[in-house]
Amino acid sequence: MPDKPILSFIDFKLNFDTFDGVYQAIDGISFDLNPGESLGIVGETGCGKSVTAKSIMGLLPSPPAEVAGGGIWFDGRNLLKEKSSTLKSIRGNEISMIFQDPMTYLNPVFTIGKQIVDVILAHQKRGNHGRSLTSKQAFQYGMELLDKVHLPNPRRQMKSYPHELSGGMRQRVLIAMALSGQPKLLIADEPTTALDVTIQAQILELISELREQLNLSVIMITHDLGVVATVCDRVLVMYAGQIVEDASIKQLFNNPSHPYTRGLLQAVPDPAKPNKKLKGIPGALPNLLNPPIGCRFQTRCSSASEKCTRMPALNKIRTNQKVACWNVGTT
Amino acid sequence: MGRFIIKRLFLMAFMLIGLLAITFVISHIAPTDPAALAAGPDADTEMIERYRLEYGLDQPVYVQFGNYLTRLMNGNWGTSILTTRAVADDLLLYFPNTFELVVFSIGIAILLGIPLGVTAAVLQNTWADHTIRILTVSGVAMPMFWLGLMTQLYFALYLGWFPLGGRMNMMTDPPDPITNLLIVDSILRGEFGTTAEALTHIVLPAVALCFPALASIIRVNRAEMLETLKQDYIINAMAHGISMVRIVSVYALKNAMLPTMAMIGLRFGWMLGGTVLVETVFDWPGIGLYAVQATISSDFEPIMGATIVLGGFFMFTNLIIDLVYAWLDPRIRGQI
Ligand SMILES: Nc1ncnc2c1ncn2[C@@H]1O[C@H](COP(=O)(O)OP(=O)(O)OP(=O)(O)O)[C@@H](O)[C@H]1O
Ligand SMILES: [Mg+2]
Repeated sequence: MPDKPILSFIDFKLNFDTFDGVYQAIDGISFDLNPGESLGIVGETGCGKSVTAKSIMGLLPSPPAEVAGGGIWFDGRNLLKEKSSTLKSIRGNEISMIFQDPMTYLNPVFTIGKQIVDVILAHQKRGNHGRSLTSKQAFQYGMELLDKVHLPNPRRQMKSYPHELSGGMRQRVLIAMALSGQPKLLIADEPTTALDVTIQAQILELISELREQLNLSVIMITHDLGVVATVCDRVLVMYAGQIVEDASIKQLFNNPSHPYTRGLLQAVPDPAKPNKKLKGIPGALPNLLNPPIGCRFQTRCSSASEKCTRMPALNKIRTNQKVACWNVGTT
Repeated sequence: MGRFIIKRLFLMAFMLIGLLAITFVISHIAPTDPAALAAGPDADTEMIERYRLEYGLDQPVYVQFGNYLTRLMNGNWGTSILTTRAVADDLLLYFPNTFELVVFSIGIAILLGIPLGVTAAVLQNTWADHTIRILTVSGVAMPMFWLGLMTQLYFALYLGWFPLGGRMNMMTDPPDPITNLLIVDSILRGEFGTTAEALTHIVLPAVALCFPALASIIRVNRAEMLETLKQDYIINAMAHGISMVRIVSVYALKNAMLPTMAMIGLRFGWMLGGTVLVETVFDWPGIGLYAVQATISSDFEPIMGATIVLGGFFMFTNLIIDLVYAWLDPRIRGQI
């Protein structure tokens, strides 16, 4: 890798201090994101994907969230140690995020235009882009952004309210907002899950297009391995708050190595064999209030053995592939 | 929008007639003889019977009600036995006083209630929140008349900051009526001394009257703010670095105002009903006191007149609340 990573997680741990006890939602994850790279994060529901993304943005309410160790480094700064004013200027200006459900992420009682203009003005107040727009210019810039995300008729949409737009249109608006501060990193948390399939494809295409145009690094969180295959260069597979496999797209689909990754791939329908019965992964996520000692996947793993009661480390087994499993040998 | 208002005004007319019908029936099945009352205490049986015939009081209730409505349409609101004056004149005298009191009072409740509700939500579970909670709990729990008496004792008798009661001093001449609202008229006529006097008189009764409303507005606003601040669109605004002050006071508050408006409307109605307690304690010449005295002495015409004015005013306020609602919420605006 020629460049130095833009984002690094180093042994990051995060707990939720709940009524029932301490919930170890993220347990020591480490990974790097290189400039311009598109990284997918996959895993079943509740495994900690959104929590990981929100930690980068500092959006988790504390309490209950509690950082239990490690660091998140962005551009030479540890985000966990920065002042809240610095974090505010990073949000939207350097790192932007779009969310799963476009229906609920726009304020229902303000026009699209007002919300975009507000975001633009907030960015330039805090940002380091050295521009100073009047609200009229911000409105103009807002329309340009809507145009950039291919929203038809931007002038009219600026005056619309969220409930007058379809889900796909709203997600475009949210993407436009996310781009308004010219961020270096875009985090997309299941941006297409709530949309129907044709719209999904359009939004993914838009993200890929913008990524090239603006030289964005992207973190794409999803359940859908198909999405990963279309937009990502590399994938993290998460299980119960840990990374179990970190691999390039090619390695992931050709040589899936962690038993959980293999399980995930078997659960994806193959268009070539429509009648093949899909295999789910039996069992459920372990209770993270009281996680099993050793490998967290052992309770559902068919090849679990004695040694799995110790925690496996994330080891490099090939170029572009790391796996945390005792049963996968290094080469 | 225009069509919505016209539709609502029509509906209001029907509701008002319904309200009148109910009041009419209730006051007619009450165990008093309106003819005997109207004819006076000295009348003998024959005089009473003649009176009954003359005013159609022997007819079935629905005919009487029809007659009453016709009379009302012609601008005849009847005469009060108690004050021996035309009911319309009485209402014009008393209602503006109540109107001023209630508007002043709900104004205090809104202006204090919303900032306090927001503060309690933002500073949830801090000493500020707890202090405000004490205020709301006592506001709900304390009887209005008792609070009125206590403020009289402390602020009027002990500290002497405010007068004990009444609309203004005995000696002061009221300004020539324009709107019949004392504060407004005195300002319009340039008699600012009278304005100041009217204002010092209105403070204590308005505060006593506003307390229950203030308490519920704070509670609803706090709960709604807490709920709104958890919404996804707030997280999105935070994710874009919008300042917390702006998020609270603009993004969240406008959403939280919707249920708060409903509570304000509701409380306003209760206030109109509860004003008699405060009017009694503070010797306030308002319509509540007028209506209660009329009811006690089965003085039928003023009861009906007060019903029309209070009922109509309440319905009208609710229409305004609905319009504010539509102004705040584009989703509702689209539907009307
Ligand atoms: N505010 C919170 N308080 C307590 N626990 C939380 C909180 N937020 C998340 N969690 C817990 O953290 C775990 C990880 O949640 P997260 O939202 O990251 O899942 P996810 O992988 O994004 O799932 P999905 O695919 O359904 O979005 C979940 O088990 C959840 O119960
Ligand atoms: Mg999620």
